[in-house]
Amino acid sequence: MRCTRLSIRTLAGLFLSVILLQPLAHADEVKAAVAANFTAAIKQLTPLFEQKTGHKLVASFGATGQLYAQINNGAPFDVFLAADDQAPQQLIASGNAVAGSHFIYARGRLALWSSTPGYVDSNGDILKSNKFEKIAVANPKIAPYGKAAIETLTALKLLEQLQPKFVTGENIAQTQQFISTGNVPLGFIALAQVNALPATERGSFWVVPDKLHEPIEQGAVLLKNANADASAATAFLAFLKSPEAVTVIRELGYEVP
Amino acid sequence: MNVASIDWQPIWLTLRLASITTVVLMVAAIPLGWWLARTHSWMKQPLSAVFALPLVLPPTVLGFYLLLLLGPHGPVGGLTLSLGLGTLPFTFTGLVIASSLYSLPFALQPIQNAFENIGSRPFEVAATLRATRWDRAVSIALPLARNGLLSAAVLAFAHTIGEFGVVLMIGGNIPGATKVLSVAIYDHVESMEYAQAHWLAGGMLAFSFITLLTLYIVSGRSMRIVR
Repeated sequence: MRCTRLSIRTLAGLFLSVILLQPLAHADEVKAAVAANFTAAIKQLTPLFEQKTGHKLVASFGATGQLYAQINNGAPFDVFLAADDQAPQQLIASGNAVAGSHFIYARGRLALWSSTPGYVDSNGDILKSNKFEKIAVANPKIAPYGKAAIETLTALKLLEQLQPKFVTGENIAQTQQFISTGNVPLGFIALAQVNALPATERGSFWVVPDKLHEPIEQGAVLLKNANADASAATAFLAFLKSPEAVTVIRELGYEVP
Repeated sequence: MNVASIDWQPIWLTLRLASITTVVLMVAAIPLGWWLARTHSWMKQPLSAVFALPLVLPPTVLGFYLLLLLGPHGPVGGLTLSLGLGTLPFTFTGLVIASSLYSLPFALQPIQNAFENIGSRPFEVAATLRATRWDRAVSIALPLARNGLLSAAVLAFAHTIGEFGVVLMIGGNIPGATKVLSVAIYDHVESMEYAQAHWLAGGMLAFSFITLLTLYIVSGRSMRIVR
């Protein structure tokens, strides 16, 4: 009985302390909304940025359209790294982003990827074969790489034939996961996602020629919801243009204008 | 935006998924609930805990393990592949299986409760009147448990309609096969098509309310709701 009462009191105390403990807010924390294709890059860039500036970077990843909708509805992000240039431009037009802060931080490349070595040939001819029953594509309505994949298939005149085989990921990261778990044999993702894998896990891929789709210009902007003191956020955008950041970004397969 | 421009396919698909899942669950949960209500086996508590897991697990946990389990490298996926059935993720059948697991406690618990509340006396009396086991089950247990059965069916149906996380993870958003209502709403919201989202979301809200209201009215005070 004593024991029960004691443990109830202990539990209640623990519970209360969890409720009352609030995380200490970082004044110099940058909250970044980042397009899913840039996940690997951010993971490599974060320690470099934090070391260099002493600021802290907290990134949230998602499909560009999804992040755009969240920002438009007051999501507390300081910077936005999109997978296209349309979303940043629209945020500037709607007054949610700072016009002068905008720049293209990377130009993305699309890849047709399979986790199986030797599955995807270097010309993408597999698309014309009947070897697969499913092909993974990111939702073209909200993910720019999904849109580029549709443009590519349209240019190759294969869209109608392949559409019934589509499995749609909510963003480019989920699309990759459908393929890497073996549930879908191949699909369109960002070249950077393939390059971020250890060499033994890269499977086989075709780098889609960039003339087959609209350029994937990835725009970055400073957001107006940013804290009154936007210096950390500005420092991060400046860091993205620095030679050391550009090296990392290029190594992953992006072009930097 | 008017009613004519609503895409009805996700709505029919969702209703079909929920109906099939409900039938599957009732067939499974009636014998299972009966056994759990009557047994004194040491397995009762561990099994009850297992069956209640979907109540507390995030749908992402279920979705993640189903994706691995049913995928070509998983044991179940390997089996379905060797039987020439292909793999189940991104198919309607896969969703039925996922939904059945996900909604299982919503069907099982009301049924088990109903059977437990009957107690053993009516069966003992029936046995003295030479009713067979089957007769006792059909003419005593099922009629006395009808409120529980009704709650189970309605909750399983409604919960499947409201399913989202699992479907998002193993569905692949394929129109006509796995693009159910909740995913369609999510897509509309994410692509800022709020008008379409409102039609579907508002409809869903009204539907869910009417379903629950009907359930409460029909089964009155004797109804036990799971959570």
